[in-house]
Amino acid sequence: MSAGAIVPEGPRPRHFGWARLGIYAFLIVAALFFLFPLYVMVLTSLEPMAEIRMGGLLAWPSDPTVEPWIKAWTSACTGLRCEGLRVGFWNSVIITIPSAVLAILLGMINGYALSFWRVPWANWMFAILMFGTFIPYQVLFYPLVRIASTLGLFGNLGGIVFVQVVFALPVMTLLFRNYYASLPEELFKAARVDGAGFWRTWFSIMLPLSGPMLVVACILKVTNTWNDYILGLIFAGRDNLPMTVQLNNMVNSTLGEREYNMEMAATLLTALVPLVIYFVSGRWFVRGIAAGAVKG
Amino acid sequence: MSQVSVRKVDIAFGSVPVLEQLDLEVAPGEFLVLLGPSGCGKSTLLNAIAGLLGVSRGQVWIGDRNVTWAEPKDRGIAMVFQSYALYPQMTVAQNMGFGLKIAGRPREEVDRRVREAAAMLQLTTLLGRKPAALSGGQRQRVAIGRALVRDVGVFLFDEPLSNLDAQLRNELRVEIKRLHQQLGTTMIYVTHDQIEALTLADRIAVMKDRTIQQLATPEEIYLRPANRFVAGFVGSPAMNFHAGAIEAGKSGPAFRRGELSLPLPDRFRDAGGAVELGIRPEHIVIGTGADALPAAVEMVEPMGAETLVWARVADEPFSLRVEHTVKLRPGDRIDLSFPGENVHVFRAGTGKRL
Amino acid sequence: MAGFRWKTGTVAAAIALLPTACVVLFLFVGGTGWAALVSLTSSKMLANWNFVGFQQYATLFSNPRWLTSLANMVIFGLTYIGSTLVVGFLLAIFLDQRVKGESVFRTIFLYSYATSFIVVGLVWRWIFNPGMGIQDVVRDLGFASFTFDWIVNQRMAIFTIVIAAIWHGAGLVMVIALAGIRGVDAEIWKALKVDGVPAWRAYLHVILPTVRGSILTAAVLMMIGVVRLYDLVVAMTNGGPGSATEVPAKFIVDNLFERQNIGLATAASTSLLVMLLAVIVPWLLLGNARRRSRA
Repeated sequence: MSAGAIVPEGPRPRHFGWARLGIYAFLIVAALFFLFPLYVMVLTSLEPMAEIRMGGLLAWPSDPTVEPWIKAWTSACTGLRCEGLRVGFWNSVIITIPSAVLAILLGMINGYALSFWRVPWANWMFAILMFGTFIPYQVLFYPLVRIASTLGLFGNLGGIVFVQVVFALPVMTLLFRNYYASLPEELFKAARVDGAGFWRTWFSIMLPLSGPMLVVACILKVTNTWNDYILGLIFAGRDNLPMTVQLNNMVNSTLGEREYNMEMAATLLTALVPLVIYFVSGRWFVRGIAAGAVKG
Repeated sequence: MSQVSVRKVDIAFGSVPVLEQLDLEVAPGEFLVLLGPSGCGKSTLLNAIAGLLGVSRGQVWIGDRNVTWAEPKDRGIAMVFQSYALYPQMTVAQNMGFGLKIAGRPREEVDRRVREAAAMLQLTTLLGRKPAALSGGQRQRVAIGRALVRDVGVFLFDEPLSNLDAQLRNELRVEIKRLHQQLGTTMIYVTHDQIEALTLADRIAVMKDRTIQQLATPEEIYLRPANRFVAGFVGSPAMNFHAGAIEAGKSGPAFRRGELSLPLPDRFRDAGGAVELGIRPEHIVIGTGADALPAAVEMVEPMGAETLVWARVADEPFSLRVEHTVKLRPGDRIDLSFPGENVHVFRAGTGKRL
Repeated sequence: MAGFRWKTGTVAAAIALLPTACVVLFLFVGGTGWAALVSLTSSKMLANWNFVGFQQYATLFSNPRWLTSLANMVIFGLTYIGSTLVVGFLLAIFLDQRVKGESVFRTIFLYSYATSFIVVGLVWRWIFNPGMGIQDVVRDLGFASFTFDWIVNQRMAIFTIVIAAIWHGAGLVMVIALAGIRGVDAEIWKALKVDGVPAWRAYLHVILPTVRGSILTAAVLMMIGVVRLYDLVVAMTNGGPGSATEVPAKFIVDNLFERQNIGLATAASTSLLVMLLAVIVPWLLLGNARRRSRA
């Protein structure tokens, strides 16, 4: 640099960095990787079968149609019935809502009882419950099947809700226990001094404060229940099969020519509810993942 | 030639101005303290000198180099942070030597300089430990050691003692002063603690509201504060303040507030209007004298070697310091005199010293 | 517990915890024990109490399908966890660079985690399908001899499942990693700048070692998913070609329901549990010991 050239003063000049470019390049390539399947599915689901037979995966539909979607919803064959995925959709709804409500309720009460009250065997119970998160589902299937059928809860709505709640207990309890543990203990002590008992304290003081964690737990539970396959397959019974099971039946048991456009529409329909929750909840979804990831 | 020179610097965060048209010259080997309450801009100024923040206008010079656009590592500075900022997974020795290692210095040189710095700070036995295994005071010593190793011309301290308890704070304060005497390097030190400022500084820059209120030696700041804020911020127990007015009386100018009429030295003869009077507790004297005013003791706070006495003169409260040997009780009547050379008068509103 | 007194509140708490306690006792503990017992019998379609010792286990471990599924679990586990950690952390590090549109990128990287494994499996099955997926597309572009038929290849099929799983799970790791990285004290970044440490070395030597906890958390979560792997396999390959992508979870479910061999299925599930405990328990004890020695 020649003398008497630029005198540095004020803000630093911003040079264009190759490093900067590289960062964006990497991120864009990664984004393409993640978006590519979605793109393919949406495109294919809007093409008539004739186009699919001709063109490749990436071809832009020249004759777009929503017929595959309608077919998937109303008349696709899922096993023995051919009434489309809407059956599965409503099944998923009636499975998800009760199991979410029950699991969250139990989780809240458990978390509350574990945080603030000294029950002698509670810590042991909690430890084993936490172990339950590590156990693969399948280890408990045989005992569950036997217990459920003994209780008359096998192959019906009660059965699948029961099983969903059981498997959600560890995570829900953990979430709420950690959450309540982070609340100031003085609140609880003040309520005790005022003479409030177990249920009173929970209802009047802890419950109103549970808002944020309720949202997080809801998102987690609803998403997990909706996306579940194996529990629904085994425990729901033929009349209550959730959408995921019906989807798999539809795609994997078709003989003859496969109607890819309808299958992809069906797949997208199944993914719709959790995706909507995801996009709407934004930060809360992330908070849910982070909270679920904190294991003691 | 100044060691550090800040010339007409503006700093803004987005559209929010933090410092405006700030000038500061630090002499080589000087220990300069930036003192002020939180939000006054002292840390911002330090970060700008370090190069961690950019300036939106003006220049920063270190030595004879214009470093306004230079990266921190190229400015010839070292920095000690409030939260120590030690690299958690490295040992003390690795922490101290990391910067040199990155700069590509040969292993023997790095080891030698780490050992020398460690010896200066009594860290030699701790070289193999990780930060988690150190106490707060030890960690801060390591942070200082990391700066020492860099062998630079300017050390920057960003409230280094604020995270320590009172006892440790006193110990490390002495060590920092000793270090400065030993090394003679220029040091710029940010703190909100006026005791640290008074004990450590060659000069203090008292800051408030994004400007330097007064830049002077500790003695000057203590005895001749430039405005109401500086007077109130420095000194503990705090200065007595009363709002009132200067009036010309038969025997000269006097400060009036309600029933209180305090004679003032001649130099206030031509002043007038609303003012604020200030006098430090240790400057109020019990005793007789032509100007002594009667007072009633309200409360007595023994503080060990001294006692703080709260008394009312013409219904205005004043606090004064007396030796612990002087026994006073609430209700006692005494005479207080206010020596003119220690009385401060500040213009109401601007706060400027008259 | 010293000085324990019965208080009405505590009684109420105990009652409130009772449903869960029952589940824990009867299902988690009791059920596992019962299943272990059944594995010692010759039960086929229904449970009988004809004890045959460890015969089922002998049958199990000479069953090629079971051995393949174990091998697949290990292969899948190692490749999946390793790759997803790398991808997730890279995504997090790159996102940490104050890029424009960070939240848009984050949304894109995470949405796949919200989808069901069935959805993931079906989508990637189509993509890997030689007749209509990537192989077909590339061939259409003119590379007539391009082959990418992993999904029907005995050796490589398991890796198609790995890729699909990475697509699903990288977002999760990214979230955990980003939280860990952003939790690092801002003043450490300042110290790094003053020391003149370039960004990549900062991440390598200082930031990543500091977020070791996050890495471990992510790895543990993924390990749980590896053991539970079922839905994805069913949707993508249904264990095929042949039994090339069999996994333990599928083996257990198949034997429990389709093949009506309860004895074998419970033997398999109990073996799986034992193997898991053999890994987890030492790790927990190690963690506790380390925590105690530090305190």
